[in-house]
Amino acid sequence: MAQLSISVNGQRHENDVADNMLLVDYIRETLALTGTHIGCDTSQCGACVVHVNGVSVKSCTMLAIQADGAEVTTIEGISDGENLHPMQEAFHEQHGLQCGYCTPGMVMSAIELVATNKDLSEQDIREGLEGNICRCTGYHNIVKAVQTAANKMQR
Amino acid sequence: MYATRYSKPKNIEEAISALQAAEDGKLLAGGMTLIPTLKQRLAAPDCLIDLCAVGLSGIAEEGDALVLGAMSCHAEVESSADVQKHLPALSLLAGGIGDRQVRNCGTIGGSIANNDPAACYPAAVLALAARITTSKRTLSADDYFTGMFETALEEEEIITKISFPKTHKASYAKFGNPASRYAMVGVFIAKTDVGGLRVAITGAGQDGVFRHSGLEAALADSFDVAAIDAVDIDDSELMSDIHASADYRAHLIKEMTKLALQAIG
Repeated sequence: MAQLSISVNGQRHENDVADNMLLVDYIRETLALTGTHIGCDTSQCGACVVHVNGVSVKSCTMLAIQADGAEVTTIEGISDGENLHPMQEAFHEQHGLQCGYCTPGMVMSAIELVATNKDLSEQDIREGLEGNICRCTGYHNIVKAVQTAANKMQR
Repeated sequence: MYATRYSKPKNIEEAISALQAAEDGKLLAGGMTLIPTLKQRLAAPDCLIDLCAVGLSGIAEEGDALVLGAMSCHAEVESSADVQKHLPALSLLAGGIGDRQVRNCGTIGGSIANNDPAACYPAAVLALAARITTSKRTLSADDYFTGMFETALEEEEIITKISFPKTHKASYAKFGNPASRYAMVGVFIAKTDVGGLRVAITGAGQDGVFRHSGLEAALADSFDVAAIDAVDIDDSELMSDIHASADYRAHLIKEMTKLALQAIG
C-alpha cells in the first residue's frame, strides 16, 4: 500500500491505495466520481481523460500513486456548480453528443486543446481530439461544439 | 495488473539502488507502453521505479548540440522553441506520436529504451547520429540499437540524456497506422556534420530501426526525388503482419522517403 495525498477538484484527499491501483479506479471507486469513464481500458479511447496539474492524461494509463501531490480536475470539477463550463454549454448547444459515453473525455481534452491553441481550424480540432474516440461517430457536432466554445473562451 | 511496488527515487543514484534491490524492477519513464503492458499482465515486475523526480527533464543548447533530458515528454519536444529553431524535424516527429494525452506523458528516453520497432524516435536518433548518455557511459546511435526491442543498455543502466546535432537538413515522413499512429513505415533523412547523409527507417525492419544504404548512396549521388525510384528495396528482411505485408512496406519506404525529401526542400 502507498499513501496518496491528492487534490481532486479542489478538495484534498488522503488515502491508502494499492501501488498498482490505476488513477481512473481511484477516481471512480474510492472517490465515487463516476463522471470519468472507462471505455476501452487499453489507452486508446480517451473516455477517461482528466487533467493532472493542468495537463490532459488518460487516467487508465497512470497509477493513482503517480498523481501523489498533484492537482487533478475531473469532469465534475469544471463547472462552478451553478453554470456549465463554456465547453459543456457548447456541447449542449451544438448537440455534440449522442450516447454521451465519450463526452467527459472529449470535454476534458477539448478544454486543454482550446486553452493551449489560438485560432483553431477544423483540422486542428480533429487532430487535437485524436486521442478521443466516439463510437456513435458523432464527430461532426463535437468539432462544431469545440469551435463554438473556442470562440467564447478566447473572446 | 499484478501486484507490484512503486517507488519514486529523488536522484539517479537512488534509482540505480532501487533497481539493484529489486528482483525484477522496471523503470517507469512515462509509462505509455509499460502501463498498458502491465494491465494486460504481459509483465510482472516486483518494483516500478518512477523516474519522474530524478531530474532528467529539460532541453538545452550545448554548443552545436541540442541536449534533451531523457524524461522530456513528447509534448515538450514538440513545443520547445529551441527544438523548433534548431531541429524542426524533431519537433514535427514528436508532435506526430500517438495522441495529445500520450504526448503529455510519454518520454524520449522511454521510447528509445523500449526500442519498439514501430516507434518514431529511433529513426531520428539513428539518422541524426545522436549520442545517448547513460548513468555509465555515452553511446553512439550506431552502437545503441541492437535489434527489435533490444538495445546496448545493460541492466541497471539508465539513459540520462540524448544529444542531437543541430541541423535544418532533416525531415521525417511517417505512414502511421490509422488506429495507433505507430509508424507502419517512418523515414528520417538527415544531413549532419557528424553523421553525414543518413536515411533511417522505422516501422519496417524485422530487427527494428535500420539505415538503408541503397537510399543513402542514391541520395548522396543526387539529392533529388527522381533518384529514389531506381533504388531497390529488398523486402526479405521487412516485417509482415496484420497491418502491412513486407512488399507493401517496401513500397511505403520509397514513398515516405520521397515525402521526407520534398519537405527538406
